[in-house]
Amino acid sequence: MNNHNVWATVFSAGTFAQMLRSATPVALAALGGLMTEHAGIMNIGMDGMILMGAFVAAVASYFCASAAMGVLAAVAFGILIGLFFALFTVKLKSDEFIIGCALNTFALGVTAYLSREIFGLSGTSGYLVPCLPDVTIPLINKIPFVGEVLSGHSVFVYITWILVVLMWLFVYRTPVGFWIRASGESPETLRTAGKNPERMKWIASILCGVFCGLAGAHLSLGYLNGSFVEGMSASRGYIAFACVIFAAANPPKAYLAALMFGFFDALGLRLQDYISSDLTGTIPYLITIVMMVYVVVSGQKRRERLARQQLKKIETP
Amino acid sequence: MTDEIRFEHISMEFPGVLANDDISLSIRDGEVFALVGENGAGKSTLMNILYGINTPTAGELYVRGEKVTTFSPKAAIDRGIGMVHQHFMLVPSFTVAQNIVLGREPKNAGVLFDNRKAEKLTRELVEEYGLEVDPSAEIRDISVGLQQRVEILKTLYRGADILILDEPTAVLTPQETDELFEVIRRIVREKQMTVIIITHKLNEVMAISDRVGVMRQGKLIGVEETKNVNEKILASMMVGRPVLFDHLEKAGEPGEVAIKVDDLYVADNRGLPAVRGVSLEVKKGEVLGIAAIEGNGQSELLEAITGLRKINRGTVAVCGRDATNHTPGEIRDMGLSHVPEDRLSTGVDKLASVADNLLVGRQKEKRFNLLGFHQRRSTVERYAEELYRKFDIRGAGIHTEVGSMSGGNMQKVVVAREFTFDTPVLVISQPTRGVDIGAMEFFHTRIIEKRNEGAAILLSSADLDEVFRLSDRIITLYEGKITGEFSANAITKEEIGFYMTGSRKEGEA
Repeated sequence: MNNHNVWATVFSAGTFAQMLRSATPVALAALGGLMTEHAGIMNIGMDGMILMGAFVAAVASYFCASAAMGVLAAVAFGILIGLFFALFTVKLKSDEFIIGCALNTFALGVTAYLSREIFGLSGTSGYLVPCLPDVTIPLINKIPFVGEVLSGHSVFVYITWILVVLMWLFVYRTPVGFWIRASGESPETLRTAGKNPERMKWIASILCGVFCGLAGAHLSLGYLNGSFVEGMSASRGYIAFACVIFAAANPPKAYLAALMFGFFDALGLRLQDYISSDLTGTIPYLITIVMMVYVVVSGQKRRERLARQQLKKIETP
Repeated sequence: MTDEIRFEHISMEFPGVLANDDISLSIRDGEVFALVGENGAGKSTLMNILYGINTPTAGELYVRGEKVTTFSPKAAIDRGIGMVHQHFMLVPSFTVAQNIVLGREPKNAGVLFDNRKAEKLTRELVEEYGLEVDPSAEIRDISVGLQQRVEILKTLYRGADILILDEPTAVLTPQETDELFEVIRRIVREKQMTVIIITHKLNEVMAISDRVGVMRQGKLIGVEETKNVNEKILASMMVGRPVLFDHLEKAGEPGEVAIKVDDLYVADNRGLPAVRGVSLEVKKGEVLGIAAIEGNGQSELLEAITGLRKINRGTVAVCGRDATNHTPGEIRDMGLSHVPEDRLSTGVDKLASVADNLLVGRQKEKRFNLLGFHQRRSTVERYAEELYRKFDIRGAGIHTEVGSMSGGNMQKVVVAREFTFDTPVLVISQPTRGVDIGAMEFFHTRIIEKRNEGAAILLSSADLDEVFRLSDRIITLYEGKITGEFSANAITKEEIGFYMTGSRKEGEA
């Protein structure tokens, strides 16, 4: 196979379409993670939340024979898990890190056990579950390349776009958004302003649960066309957390970070034909590490630049 | 005049502590009322009750004749009470306007935060009260003095006509303090506001208040018309016995140079330059005081000298030996003891006993161990008992966990340990922060004793009075540079204030 073909495959419309698909579950979870991040809760339990959300969605969809019911169940479950998380981290003031770890470990175990009980020994549901519809965007789907990239995805790819905008408005343009940010940055300030910072943390935690539930529902009902697989969250919760940090908890930036992850995930899938899939599978995770290094280094650079500016300010009276 | 606020037999009990004990107090409409007392006397607790942060365990509170039944900041705000806390209650990444409207945001379309309206409202307040500040500046970019204005504007925005100020001058320069007092006088005169100011600085009580209430150990000792009392009377009311701030007898001439700092550059925790080309000398038998507003490099300077912080450029010599970038242990061996700024994080081991804390630094001495393995506990305890008595540490004995002691006693443990090393050089930072007047007297006497014995002492304190009282020479630091050097009896506090805010003395580099 010659070089030209490799490039054509790598940068084909299919790769970019896959980028959107891969980015969506991460972006959804990141939207939740940035809420807890703003509220000052370190939430590394997102992976477990996604996994359980995926399982609940699959089961509900299976028994109700309706993907919509699956999504609804995942949202309801998200609220519950958010309440559970807030109960420990906010109300009982336990260590956030430990609770997050516990949640992830628990999620792996309980979903594996229950899925074997419900779907049989293999631990996957197969394609028994009703899945979410794909959406074809009229007109745009007629445009070559662009149509291929943007049209025909599972419905949550598009819902996520709307949610990113809504969340941006919520965080930066509504009083409650201000209160949630204040509850993380300076809780006592909020308290003396007559608002309860703990309540804001509860809200953030519940929202995080809901978004992780949606991410899970999308994963089992949309991304994998209606099947649950053990451990299917595949560390997306951690990558979402990385996106949150990378984006300084800003929704559109977090979406861009998720897109970047999606691109490299898609790239990995494309390159499987040429390189061992074990190797290509590591690309998104490597990128995550690179992203984190970038955050640290750029933070350092920014501080140095500030230092120089400040020096200048002092020296030129 | 009517009673604006009435406390009736208010008590507040925290687990194990009776912070307020049966307090009855009336505060009149349109007066400036000063509440004074030592740390832990219960002033802040009482005001937190008024502001609804604490719910009293007994007693009743009336605001404008109405009995208060729900204690919450929100309810207090609705009653027109505003409080400026000692530690500012501001969100650093929000703008001035966003901080001011926090909790009561103007909205457009009923949902979205209206930033333009918030800034307009802020500008109106700024103009009405003459408190100049930029509504769109982020809090983290503006000075402490301006941040305090934002705090006051915030309470005004919430419609406060009773303003509580908790230690408002602790972080201000003398000039900023004057400006603040001007603002207080104006809002009382023009807007008929009632102002309650919590403080332990008696000269400020005399300068600003109409009446003054003195608290001690949770009790209200007395309420006086300010014009009928003086600082001395108030001080003895606060402490419960006469306090004699006598002139400290300084004796002897300065000897040879013991600390020599040459062209020092040090960075702070963020990597920003904190100390920028500082040179100084401290001679034996003198106290060199550093006067600076917090965050102008004094902490970093002392940390660099004592080996706790990396030196980027320049040199430090202790007793004639190079100490640049040596470890704290090596520098101590050269003959330096250090009373650090923050006793909780670097002064003591909170979980260890008084005895163990007193031992630190001496554990290798032969008399305290057997062949370097077995600690001679009885010798250690005898030694600790001796210091415990000598330094008048008050607590439940040498086995007490240091973290459970009061700030003053904790500081006595640190001072007892460091002063008994009998080193020729002492670096002392914030010796009396959070310490009551009685203990303050004690520390000052000890420091001057050391000076008279011939120790070279480098002192840094946020309390300008303390710097003046103890120092032979004073240097002012501003943004990491020395802006002036003075003989302590040749300059006034007001003059020093100018140099602390960046004015430069003629002829100084």
